[in-house]
Amino acid sequence: MTAHDPSLARPNAPTTTYRYDEYDATFVRERVAEFREQVRRRLEGALTEDEFRPFRLMNGLYLQLHAYMLRVAIPYGTLTARQMRRLADIADKYDRGYGHFTTRQNLQYNWPKLVDTPDILESLAEVEMHAIQTSGNCIRNVTADHFSGVAPDEIEDPRATAEFLRQWSSAHPEFSFLPRKFKIAVTGAEHDRAAIMVHDVGLRIVKNDAGEIGYQVVVGGGLGRTPFVGKIIRDYVSRADLLAYLEAIMRVYNRFGRRDNKYKARIKILVHEKGIDEVRAAVEAEFAAMNRSVFSFDPDEFERIAAFFTPPPYESLPAESAKLRTQRVAHPAFGNFVDVNVSPHRVPGYAIVTVSLKPIGGIPGDATSQQMRVLADASERFGFGELRVSHEQNIILPHVKQEDLFDLWKLLDGAHLATANAGLVSDIISCPGLDYCSLATARSIPVAQAISKRFSDLSRQRRIGKLGIKISGCINACGHHHVGAIGILGLEKKGQESYQITLGGDPTFSASIGEILGPGVSAEQVPDVIEHIVDFYLAERLEGEAFIETWRRIGHARFKDVLRREGEDGADI
Amino acid sequence: MPALKHPQILLASDLSDGEVVFLGAEGWERRHARARVAHDKDEAAALESFGKAEIAKNRVVDVYLADVEVGADGVPTPLHYREKMRLKGPSVRPDLGKQAKGAAHDRP
Repeated sequence: MTAHDPSLARPNAPTTTYRYDEYDATFVRERVAEFREQVRRRLEGALTEDEFRPFRLMNGLYLQLHAYMLRVAIPYGTLTARQMRRLADIADKYDRGYGHFTTRQNLQYNWPKLVDTPDILESLAEVEMHAIQTSGNCIRNVTADHFSGVAPDEIEDPRATAEFLRQWSSAHPEFSFLPRKFKIAVTGAEHDRAAIMVHDVGLRIVKNDAGEIGYQVVVGGGLGRTPFVGKIIRDYVSRADLLAYLEAIMRVYNRFGRRDNKYKARIKILVHEKGIDEVRAAVEAEFAAMNRSVFSFDPDEFERIAAFFTPPPYESLPAESAKLRTQRVAHPAFGNFVDVNVSPHRVPGYAIVTVSLKPIGGIPGDATSQQMRVLADASERFGFGELRVSHEQNIILPHVKQEDLFDLWKLLDGAHLATANAGLVSDIISCPGLDYCSLATARSIPVAQAISKRFSDLSRQRRIGKLGIKISGCINACGHHHVGAIGILGLEKKGQESYQITLGGDPTFSASIGEILGPGVSAEQVPDVIEHIVDFYLAERLEGEAFIETWRRIGHARFKDVLRREGEDGADI
Repeated sequence: MPALKHPQILLASDLSDGEVVFLGAEGWERRHARARVAHDKDEAAALESFGKAEIAKNRVVDVYLADVEVGADGVPTPLHYREKMRLKGPSVRPDLGKQAKGAAHDRP
C-alpha cells in the first residue's frame, strides 16, 4: 500500500528528478509549521535550550562558532535548476551570499538567524526541499553515486532506491532516537563513487545468477574517531526484501547498539565488538521472525518512484563529436578541461561534466549565489535543468551534449567555475574546520588552500594524475581524511594546531583506512610534507600506476623512511 | 580570594542570531573589548552564575569561561586559538564575522 497517489506518477515525463505529490508537500509543509511554532516558543522562553536542541537538530539547525548553521538536504545529491536558484536566493536574502556544499551531498548556510529559519524552511519547501534529518541520531540524508543514471558502468540508477529509502526513513518513529546517527549510501555501478564501504549501511545494486536486481548489503563502515571498513552482511537481498532486511538491521542496532558512550554508539562499534558473524545471525533471526508483511515491498510504489528517474529525451548523436575534437585542439585550456573534468556518458554524443568548486587557493565546496545561478542557467541551457552534488564537494552536470561543451566551458569560465582539476591534487575534500565548526580542533580550509597554491600549476597536477587529498579539522572526520590517498587530520597539540598525515586511504570497493605517517606537523609544514610525498611517489611509480597502487606495492614504510630522511636533512618535518 | 591561573571572561552565543557575545559591565556585549574580566575564582564564579541565570532567561546559549591575558590598554585577549577565532570570524573570510565590522580590534 502507498499513501501516495499513483495517478500522479509520470512515466516518460521529461523530468529526471523526483517530484513531490500532495502527500509529500503536506508532510514537509506541516513540518515547517511545526518548527515555526517550536522556534516561536523558544524565542518566547517557553522552551529551554535543552528542550529545543533536539527539535532544531532534527531540522538541520546547528549552533556553530560564529552563528547558527543550517544544513539543507540534497537527497542523493540531485538538484533541479529551480532548486539551485532558490538556494542562491536564500543565500542572498537570509545568509551572506554563499553556501557550502558538503561531503554528504548537503548544503550548509553559515550565518542564518534563528528567527529566520522557519522562513528559510518554508522557502525550501516551495521548491520541494527541506532540512529534515540532516542532523540528530536518526537516519540521515541517503547519499548516492553522483553519476547515477548516466555512468556507463551502471547496472541500475540507484536514485530510485535512495528515494524509496528516504521515504521509508523520514520521520520513522522506531528510528528517530537511535543510539547515534546512521548514514546510508547507495551505488548501482561497478566503480564505487559513493564511498559505500565507509557508511553505516552501504548498498550495492547487483544482479543474481537469475539476472534479478537486488542488493549487496554492507554494514558497519564508518570514519570518525574509530574508522572501519564495512563488512558484507549479505551478498544478495532481493528488492522485495530490502525494506524488511534494513528494518531487521536497524532493530538489531537499536536493541544492541551501545548508548552508554556516544563514542562507541555507532553500528560500526557493534559490528567490531560482536563480530560480523554474530551481528549477521542476529539480523537474520530478526528478519526470519519479524512480520514482514508490514514491510512488504510494493512494486507499484517502487515503479512510481523509479518513473521519476527515467532518462531525459536525449538526441540521437554520433558517439564522438567532430566539433568537439576541433575545439579541443584550437583551445588548449578547453582541451585540458575536457581531459580532466569531463567523463564518459552512457548515451552516445553526451558527456558528464564535473564543475570543480576547488579554484586554486579557494575554499573547497563554497559557491557564491552568483555562481549557483550560473550553474542553474548552465544546467538549463546544456543539461535538461538537472545538477548533482558530489561527496567530493563538486557540482556535476550529468547530461551535456559533447558539441555543447565548449559553450558550457566559456559560461563556466566567466564565473570562475572552470578549474580543470577534478580528481587532481588540488581537488581537495575539506570540512569547514575551526573556521566555522564548534567541534573542530584545528582549521582545515587554510591548509587546503596552501596545498592548492603549492600545486597551482595545472600541468604539473596533470602529470601527477589522480590523487585524492582529504582534510578534516577534527577526529569526527567530516573531511573523510581516513580514506584519502593522502589524509590530513587537524588536532590540538600543546595549545597549537597540529596536523597528522596518513597515507593509503581508499574510499572505493577496495576500501582501506590510511596509516599514520609520523608525528604531527604545523600548518606551515603541511605543503612541504605533501610535496615530498608526491615527489617520492613520482619517482617510484610504474607506468600508469595510481598513488594508492604505488603505496600498496612498495609499502608504507618506504614513505615513512623518505619523510624521516627529509626531516633529518633539515626540512624540519 | 582564590587566584586564577589566568584572568577569565564569559562568552556565550546570542539566542536569536547565534553571534558571540561577552558579558560586560552592563550586560551582554558584542565586542570583547567591553568584556568584564574576572581576576580571581570568586569573580569567575560570579560571572558563571550570572551566565547560567541568563541561560534560564533564554537570552543566550552555550555559556562558558575562557582564559585571557589583559593588555596594557585593559583589553582582554583569549589565550586559546579557538576563542581568538571567535573574536574575529572565519580566518579564510576576513569580510565576514566580527572582524568585518571592525569589532575584533576595538578598544573600550
